[in-house]
Amino acid sequence: MLGRVANTIYWMNRYLERAENYARFMDVNFNLSLELPPNEEEQWKPLVVITGDWPLYESLHTKAEKNKIIYFMAFEEQNPNSIYNCIVNARENARSVRTEITKEVWEQINALYYLVKAGSEKKKRNDADLRQFFTEIKNGCQLLYGMYDATISRTEGWNFAKLGQFIERADKTSRVLDVKYYFLLSSPNKVGSTLDLIQWAALLKSVSAYDMYRKKHGKLTSSSIAEFLILDREFPRSILNCLIRAEQSIITLSGSSSGFSNSAQKQLGALKAQLEYVDIDDIIIQGIHEYLDDIQLKLNGISTAIYEAFFAIEVTH
Amino acid sequence: MSKLDFSAYDSKGFYDEMFDQNNTVRPNYKLFLERLQKMSQRKLNNLQYATDRAQLSLGMTFNVYSDNAGIERILPLDIIPRIIDNTEWTHLEKGLQQRIKALNLFIQDIYNDQKVLKDKIIPKEMIFSSVSYLKELEGFKPPKDIWCHITGSDLIKGGDGQYYVLEDNLRCPSGVSYMLENREILKRTFPELFETLGVKPVYNYTHILRDTLEYLSDDEKPTVVVLTPGIYNSAYFEHSYLAQQMGAELVEGRDLIVKDDVVYMITTNGLKRVDVIYRRVDDEFIDPQVFNKNSLLGTPGLFKAYLKGNVTLVNAPGTGVVDDKAVYAYIPRIIKYYLGEDMILPNVKTYICDEEQDRKYVIENIHNLVIKQTDASGGYGMLIGPKSTKNEQEEFIAKIKHNPRNYIAQPMINLSRVPTIKDDTIEGCHVDLRPYALYGEDIKIIPGALTRVALKKGSIVVNSSQGGGSKDTWVLNS
Repeated sequence: MLGRVANTIYWMNRYLERAENYARFMDVNFNLSLELPPNEEEQWKPLVVITGDWPLYESLHTKAEKNKIIYFMAFEEQNPNSIYNCIVNARENARSVRTEITKEVWEQINALYYLVKAGSEKKKRNDADLRQFFTEIKNGCQLLYGMYDATISRTEGWNFAKLGQFIERADKTSRVLDVKYYFLLSSPNKVGSTLDLIQWAALLKSVSAYDMYRKKHGKLTSSSIAEFLILDREFPRSILNCLIRAEQSIITLSGSSSGFSNSAQKQLGALKAQLEYVDIDDIIIQGIHEYLDDIQLKLNGISTAIYEAFFAIEVTH
Repeated sequence: MSKLDFSAYDSKGFYDEMFDQNNTVRPNYKLFLERLQKMSQRKLNNLQYATDRAQLSLGMTFNVYSDNAGIERILPLDIIPRIIDNTEWTHLEKGLQQRIKALNLFIQDIYNDQKVLKDKIIPKEMIFSSVSYLKELEGFKPPKDIWCHITGSDLIKGGDGQYYVLEDNLRCPSGVSYMLENREILKRTFPELFETLGVKPVYNYTHILRDTLEYLSDDEKPTVVVLTPGIYNSAYFEHSYLAQQMGAELVEGRDLIVKDDVVYMITTNGLKRVDVIYRRVDDEFIDPQVFNKNSLLGTPGLFKAYLKGNVTLVNAPGTGVVDDKAVYAYIPRIIKYYLGEDMILPNVKTYICDEEQDRKYVIENIHNLVIKQTDASGGYGMLIGPKSTKNEQEEFIAKIKHNPRNYIAQPMINLSRVPTIKDDTIEGCHVDLRPYALYGEDIKIIPGALTRVALKKGSIVVNSSQGGGSKDTWVLNS
């Protein structure tokens, strides 16, 4: 496979995963805001903080307002990570690797594009429209994941796609946990109060983890939730599960399962092992924020190493 | 709901493909019309709407050069097809085969023995002054002596009901993906008609294309790639479509590298040798070492690798000399010279501004003529005399006097018309015809074509860049 093409597939899948995550974050937050005392800043600012784009938001707007934040994350053209831009980029990438994907996948990405385009061109948006929009983005992306898995051969391209998807997903889970956890533990609500429970449930729902969490742990406690989202081996959005699956793909791509054959495989394997041999109490003692911050840095390092190992092949003339 | 009614349809003044002058349906359209007449205008409009949606969801979009990037358009597909019966088609097929065979011999000759020039069939200044003539190719013979592997000639039908060849398009003819996708869409629009009418299939085009490309290599399983300028090219949809349908790698210039005069593509597992390149990048841009130094689309060293026979380019570089509109005027003589035959499909009468007598005639009659720049295409750089202002005419006369070699003129041809859906009515719109030929072991003409249609009222410019649309073209078994 062409190096450029592999890189494009990797990013196409990262963008799609990002768009889907943002849509879910916002949808859950919307739902949550209906049940909380009105305080736009407190309810909506963390959402932008999660994405790491708060500095950009501040440069465009003076204060955290619900409508502005929604527009910023969903449609703002100046925000490179807005849902709109993620889908536009994913489609542009898909176009340039059209020969690597199937008709089904291409048409679905294209349909998502028309969905987000229509959404961004709307003059007025009421709350119901927006929730409908987020649901459609979420469903559209998940339909796409299904098509990807159901129609594309498990060759190199598929493995680069999965690598991109799981690294992005691990990153997003770590970010949402990081910000919400900090916010919740420092909130004035009494631990165990109704409001507190709603918030913790919302955190789980932001990563579609509520049902599976309840099934495994039953009671909502802060440490079990952190454990579930970081260390659970089976839940498909936990950081560890994402790393396990990303590693499977990188092993196939590198062609060796014993030891490592490039720096990307080495760093990914090391991070996975780190999470396999730590327990949640150790993490809490170290500080959740510090621990998640370190994970995010390592994920960035892995992404760079993937680029160097597979996409930017040095050619000597 | 009232049914479709053609009684008010105006078939006069031009050759209409569906009705004769008395509004009697022509035999090739009889069954189709019967089907249409069972339909209401609203139903027809619904089918048309579904077609527009289908094109968008397939991503059959292109960017027009003058537009801002990001504005995507579809080439509107009108669902009333162009229908051609078998007799008419057989005539076209023979004519195109003859023409392509002769032109291929001509190209090989002008880069090698130059007999045609020595025998003064065509003035040698005419050839050597063509911007598409590549001196670097003198003495070169491509694999199997084939230069124009893929042709998409533009034909028109005049008021006399005769086909004429307007342009040969031996460089990078585009549009074949529309022929293929239009067919897929119309099969969904009128499924039952395909059975009753007996329409020849076109689906095997990409299979024959792959065979044509593989035929050029001695390798048993050659690596075939499609070279594209990238996603911002207006024909990108087609490049990716063809690569994908053929199962070939779609590459850009930056994905290729030349080492020791051998071409490789840069893969995740290192370098992989490339044998045949179906390139959709113009000659000028394929290799910055030899041609346009600023080209970012090409690959340095590609041309040398080609001359050494280490890679095959399709179409061969240098074929553009035939697309020169002044050279076009000599094609009847070229066919006679190489094949000893009279031309089956006639040319449009062409005045060469570089020849004094012709120039005088053109300047005096500019208001009746179509003036074309010899090295332009896509409907750019032309003047339609009867529809132009005095100022525009003066401007072209000045241009012609300044650089006569650069211009030719042709009489205005009344392109034939096909009924076309316009909002709530059906009116005749002018069309041309672009069939596709593949030259491998023999010359195959795919039984179908892209019919381009001028959607602007009264317009005869069918180019997609100038507001044209398309129609599916049905060639009947009988």
